[in-house]
Amino acid sequence: MNNENILKILEKNNGNQGGLISVLEEIQTVYGYLPEDALRIVADRTDNSLVDIFGVATFYKAFSLKPRGKHIIMACLGTACHVRGAPKVVDEFEQQLGIKAGETTLDKEFTLETVNCLGACALGPTVVVDGHYFSHATLSKVKGIIKNTLEGLDTIDIKTDKRVFPVEASCSVCNHSLTDSTYLIDGYPSICVTVSFGRKKGWLRLSSLYGSLNFASEHEVPPDSLSHYFCPYCRKELLSISNCPECGEPMAAMWVYDGFTMHVCTRGGCKGHMLDLNQTSGNLLDALFRTDR
Amino acid sequence: MINLTINGLDVSVEEGTTVLEAARFFGFPIPTLCHNDGLTPLGACRLCVVEIGEEPGTNLVSSCTYPAEEGLKVRTASERVIRSRKMILELLLASCPQSKIIQDLAAAHNVKTQRFKQEYEDCILCGLCVRMCTEQMMAKAIGFSGRGENRRIGTPFDIKSDVCRLCGACMYICPACQLRCTYTEPEKAICGACANLSPPCLEKEGFNDMMCYMSPCVACEIKKD
Ligand code: FES
Ligand code: FES
Repeated sequence: MNNENILKILEKNNGNQGGLISVLEEIQTVYGYLPEDALRIVADRTDNSLVDIFGVATFYKAFSLKPRGKHIIMACLGTACHVRGAPKVVDEFEQQLGIKAGETTLDKEFTLETVNCLGACALGPTVVVDGHYFSHATLSKVKGIIKNTLEGLDTIDIKTDKRVFPVEASCSVCNHSLTDSTYLIDGYPSICVTVSFGRKKGWLRLSSLYGSLNFASEHEVPPDSLSHYFCPYCRKELLSISNCPECGEPMAAMWVYDGFTMHVCTRGGCKGHMLDLNQTSGNLLDALFRTDR
Repeated sequence: MINLTINGLDVSVEEGTTVLEAARFFGFPIPTLCHNDGLTPLGACRLCVVEIGEEPGTNLVSSCTYPAEEGLKVRTASERVIRSRKMILELLLASCPQSKIIQDLAAAHNVKTQRFKQEYEDCILCGLCVRMCTEQMMAKAIGFSGRGENRRIGTPFDIKSDVCRLCGACMYICPACQLRCTYTEPEKAICGACANLSPPCLEKEGFNDMMCYMSPCVACEIKKD
């Protein structure tokens, strides 16, 4: 386990009394569960004693002290779902996966959890897998849900999904266009940047469709490694002041359109990306201010 | 000073006194289980219920956690209080009949039946040990974990705690693990070394139909011969 990660999280929440839950939440986002050593470090570094931390960690269902699977299936056993046959659905999941509720499959793919009401009672029985809602779950749908999850729930249909649109990216330092029309991804010209990770350096081409996660890379980017993004023209690093909303790691920034910045997470395998208006307008104001002087 | 009425008696106490402390000071007994003078009140067992306010619209509150208020009307032994106290004792008996303290309390309050499913819990979650460990021993080795029916008391991760000094204060104060004395021969009912030779139930009327989970019970054995 990496102590530095935890220290970083603690530092970020420093001075925030009563910030224990947010610290635990962040640790859980990074590791997928709350490792014992991590809790010990938190106890050492904060005013909270280990018993109190353990009490909080076991009180909330959102926290897990055991490593969990890649996909988390939450089957609702709340009142509304219960009367509509949720227990049978849970039984079916247990049979199909060969585990009991609260357990993780041996191949670490699935964790099955039951919850009491997901706030979507009208759609019951409700099953949520990795944040995707499946409504009116029946015995016959269980197999399909598991299959869908294994195939990937996040694959977006680029042709029809409205959330996907092409962007023109340019360097956030020199404003040189990063579009590379010689290399197509998703049928559109790609965004070309230079990345370095570890000792390696090479090109990385991202899809210019905002929302599509397809990319091509000269070297294979190992999952979880952090890379640095550079502009191939001015060779400056594409730094962003934001951290990834999904995993908290640093992001890289590029300009798209007027006044928008696109941030992409620099951690291999992370899907975090966002569009942001404020930051560039801030920069723009800054720039204007400077020219005024 | 705060003026309040306890069982019709006008009294005044210092600010910050709890109703329990006030009542005890003026000689009105209130049974307690999770209260200890050296520890902060927790209000876990509810045995110390009293009735406050005026008819209609009186309220049952736990006196160990309720601060004395100006003009408060308290009744420590009204019919409603007695009824709920007995109910609480029945529930305690249902979960932890092997505790001598609970048995004694039940006997003292003339609780003769227990209408719930009998369980044999080791812990009634009164939190005395947790408070003892934190407040008097300054160790913070044990605490509550989980919630709802999974609430438990224990060390973090259920392994030996680094901060526990094995002082034994938690066991000293525990009302549930204080078992009857079995001396060296557990099968024999009367050990002869036990101080509990005249348990409160003996003096009670209708002793024979009294429900008791102590089997074998020192008092019964004495009565037999
Ligand atoms: S009961 Fe299942 S969502 Fe509310
Ligand atoms: S003594 Fe007051 S609630 Fe236990």
